[in-house]
Amino acid sequence: MNRLRTVLLHAALGVTTIFAVAPMLWMLSASFMPTGSANTFPPPLIPRNPTLEHYRVLFGQLAVGRYLFNSALVAISATALSLFVNSMAGYAIAKLRFRARDRVFRTLSAALLIPVQVTMLPLFLLLKQLGLVNSYWGAIIPAIATIFGIFLIRQYALGIPDDLLDAARVDGASEFRIYWSIVLPVIRPILATLAIWTFLASWNDFLWPLVILTDDQRYTLPVALASLSGEHVMDVELMMAGAVITVLPVIAVFLLLQRQYVQGVMQGSVKG
Amino acid sequence: MSSERAQSRAAWTFLSPALLLIAVFFAVPVIAAFLLGFTDFDLYALADLETVRITGVANYRTLLTSPLFWQALRNTAEFALIGGPLSIAVSLAAALLVNAKATRFKPFFRSVLFMPFVTTLVAVAIVWRYLYHPQYGLLNWMLGAVGIGPVDWLGNPTFAMPAIMLVAIWKGFGYNMLVFIAGLQNIPEDLYEAARLDGATPWQQFRHVTLPMLRPTMFFVTIITMVGFFQLFAEPYVMTQGGPLRSTTSLVLLMYEEGFRWWRMGYAAAVAVVLFLVILSFTLLQRRVQREAIS
Repeated sequence: MNRLRTVLLHAALGVTTIFAVAPMLWMLSASFMPTGSANTFPPPLIPRNPTLEHYRVLFGQLAVGRYLFNSALVAISATALSLFVNSMAGYAIAKLRFRARDRVFRTLSAALLIPVQVTMLPLFLLLKQLGLVNSYWGAIIPAIATIFGIFLIRQYALGIPDDLLDAARVDGASEFRIYWSIVLPVIRPILATLAIWTFLASWNDFLWPLVILTDDQRYTLPVALASLSGEHVMDVELMMAGAVITVLPVIAVFLLLQRQYVQGVMQGSVKG
Repeated sequence: MSSERAQSRAAWTFLSPALLLIAVFFAVPVIAAFLLGFTDFDLYALADLETVRITGVANYRTLLTSPLFWQALRNTAEFALIGGPLSIAVSLAAALLVNAKATRFKPFFRSVLFMPFVTTLVAVAIVWRYLYHPQYGLLNWMLGAVGIGPVDWLGNPTFAMPAIMLVAIWKGFGYNMLVFIAGLQNIPEDLYEAARLDGATPWQQFRHVTLPMLRPTMFFVTIITMVGFFQLFAEPYVMTQGGPLRSTTSLVLLMYEEGFRWWRMGYAAAVAVVLFLVILSFTLLQRRVQREAIS
């Protein structure tokens, strides 16, 4: 009875796992198939004559390297800036005593309810006035200071013992010094989580880059891919190679850093 | 005393970059969106701001008489109110499987099932578009094997929305799964032991121990998931362009088309405001349900 239950349990897990990975495996496999061979019946699962031609076309004629660069630049800048800005703010709300602290915290919590799409039309007009439409900054700026990031840091920084900070103050350390050499090392785990989170969110973001990056020289990968998929609807294998190039970096980041990330999601959500 | 003043000054210094950015690039645009909704801001206004006129509630009046708006609202509601709970159910089921005592290789399953969540939505939406291909798609091939005959998933107004729901569930369930696993691990084991001593079946244990103990987690998950589902955009943009017969046009897609394709930005702002109100009322309702469940 118990053994049967264990077998059924793992069968169910197996089915769920196939559901989760099959689309990605098929994407990878089809990206190596010669043009036209994915559109046959029954659909082939494994490329019979594997080829790299689509990757060659994408990096050659279609200049995907450019979009890869754009995506990396935007995601890395957004991540670096957001770590700095959000960690300062989150630490201040968690640990520094000032009069309006609760009010700041409550206002930010209320603002969490506002969907970001609401800002997009005026934000576009604002950035147009600032001359930032179709610039990397236009794509980066809205991703820097995030309420989510501030709260994530705050939640973690609450756990820093006050004695530690007061001792440094008695020793005459400046507040910035304390933040830089005491707080940052202590909150490193949550910084890692926030870094991965921001990088993935920025890399995968679609609607805002689609709006703000108007010239294809500035496209990030998702925007470029969506635009390519309009022109090359019939080229399944080519599009799959494009999807692989887009997804592979984020999967790699996730696999490398999954421990911090998974723990961060689980901790942050339970306390938050 | 002076230390306190120093701290206060430091706090504002540390907060100022974030607050300034949030004020300029979030708070001001939010307010501006409401104002924009009361104007006829359009393509001409982009070139010459002088042409903008305040039109009061005209945009909202047009909205209320526009069949496309009502359809987008209905589509969004259908997607969120059916897809959201389904997605939560899948997440919970996966969490129970991964977290079960007898499960081996837990970290492996946890990571693999989480993987779709980190992928790029646009890329996987394109992949799914081919999986849904009526003739050569993997899905119809598999269904054909059990005698279910080819379905034109994305070309049929009845099936397009469920097909998009499946993609959203596939992409998103891993995140809530992790949250549920964390919640499940916080339930003290003695509760289950006591229930077993009382002769509770596994289903009864789930009903009377697991679910009530998961309530705070469930609240968090419901809000996050539903808010996300109300913001449907990339899937229809990539997979169906809102069709067939507008059956997958969502509020955000409508806002995007009106605002950034036809540059009717005043009208689009009204759509954005409606989206905000929908999400706000859902969240408040949910909060109330939660509060009543506690008391």
